Amino acid sequence: MNDPAAQLSHGARLKALASPLAAQLVSLLLLGIVRVLTGSQARWWGCPPKAEQRIYFANHQSHADLVMIWAALPKELRHGTRAVAARDYWTKTPFKQWLTSAVFNVIYVSRSRLADEDPLEPLIDALQAGDSLILFPEGTRGHMEEPQAFKAGLYNLALKFPQIELIPAWIANVQRVMPKGEVVPVPVLCSVTFGVPMQLQPGEDRQAFLQRARSAVIALRDI
Amino acid sequence: MYQTLKNLSAAQQVGVMFTIVFGLLLLASLSLFLLSMREHDDAQSQQTHLNRVADLSNLLRTSWLMIFVFWLAWLAGDATRLVLFAVGSFFALREFLTLSPTRRGDHRGLVLAFFVVLPCQYVLVGTEHFNLFTVFIPVYVFLALPVASALANDPTRFLERNAKLQWGIMVCIYGMSHVPALLLLDFPNYNQKNAFLVLFLVLVVQTCMVTQHLVARKMLHPPAAPQISGSFTWRSWSWGMAAGSLLGALLAGITPFVPGQAFALSFVACAAGSLGHLVMKALKRDRGIPIWRGEGKAVTGAGGMLDRIDSLCFAAPVFFHSVRWYFGL
Repeated sequence: MNDPAAQLSHGARLKALASPLAAQLVSLLLLGIVRVLTGSQARWWGCPPKAEQRIYFANHQSHADLVMIWAALPKELRHGTRAVAARDYWTKTPFKQWLTSAVFNVIYVSRSRLADEDPLEPLIDALQAGDSLILFPEGTRGHMEEPQAFKAGLYNLALKFPQIELIPAWIANVQRVMPKGEVVPVPVLCSVTFGVPMQLQPGEDRQAFLQRARSAVIALRDI
Repeated sequence: MYQTLKNLSAAQQVGVMFTIVFGLLLLASLSLFLLSMREHDDAQSQQTHLNRVADLSNLLRTSWLMIFVFWLAWLAGDATRLVLFAVGSFFALREFLTLSPTRRGDHRGLVLAFFVVLPCQYVLVGTEHFNLFTVFIPVYVFLALPVASALANDPTRFLERNAKLQWGIMVCIYGMSHVPALLLLDFPNYNQKNAFLVLFLVLVVQTCMVTQHLVARKMLHPPAAPQISGSFTWRSWSWGMAAGSLLGALLAGITPFVPGQAFALSFVACAAGSLGHLVMKALKRDRGIPIWRGEGKAVTGAGGMLDRIDSLCFAAPVFFHSVRWYFGL
């Protein structure tokens, strides 16, 4: 029993046991905080919450968007729905990395593109495994009233997986909870509005599709 | 029977009172349920009937909720009670500020309001610093918040933004905190029965509001300020005031007041509550929403709390200070 290798594996096993528990606790805690601060209301305006394979795409104004849309989804959908997050920001510290991988179970994408690498590959893997995705097609946080132009990723995924429903979503007010550069969040009621599912039309070109997707998101703002 | 009631201990009396109120609410709910079963022949009158029932059940639900919260507040100890009201303030303020567009420069002020001013005010109530608690917000916070805003270096609509924040704090924190403060007023020969005083205030104000609402629906008089409220008419208001004040006089037995005093104090509380409700309606109209919950609007999530408690938030400080002034407490 004094074999150091056995002790190590024992410790590793303990850690492996404790980690899901910690993740569970932290996710409950986060859900509580988010509900108290924002009400985290989901408004299923254009479609009901269903356990189908879907790609949700939303406006992006704050890092908290990720937490917000995660908290707004019903518990049953939360597990099979994975958000797409920027690797450079969310793996900066071990805690952020743990939070995003163990609690939110996100898919990391690299924003800095290397020549021989397809940034969509992890997303395609996840879709092939049957997960739903939450995508922020702007690629980065916007500071304007309206979202920036959408990047091509959404189009490429729609092309590759024509059977998956694409659902626009508008996340309201989150940027007011914690503006850039502030550390203390302020309570403001937030909501996520889910719109009518859309699909890539046959023969629709990339620019037109991305434009249509963006207007679908913006249209949800005034509902 | 009066003698038996009089000989009960304070706690038992309060218990009896809650039993009576819950019984009345139960009766009202039952009769509403029976009413909802009635069927009309033509679709038109069936629809109006259903609308009326829905409207009444909404009113009733508010009353249930309020009484239930006050029952909980009475059951819980002093500290829990304060926390309960503080949480109420928190949610009300969250709702208020969601619909007043704030800018990035307001962030520090908002943090102060939620996480410093709100707890401080309730701690002051809890520790019975009555003199400080009545001036803390109107004097000190009134200056401190604009300073935080000014330091954020954003002059756009500065006055408007700060006025909104100040208003939110006055109504949701200052007004609300006067309700638990009533529990701490120290009347001679009235020990431990201050829960009656809170219930007295809530019942009187709520009766005034409900009567006003019902009368406004029955009599179609031109509203006094149609741009602001389609239902506020001077006639319905007078009926509400009369009902509230009379109930107050009838309830004098559960308060430290004689009937005349109870009538006058109820009158003051009802006037503050009902007119305050009108003021809140004006604020809502300014934001272009019929109720705080903003049904069908993207801006807010769960809520609608402020609609229910705004009259109380206005009535409580006025009632509190009238009582303190009149009785020299």
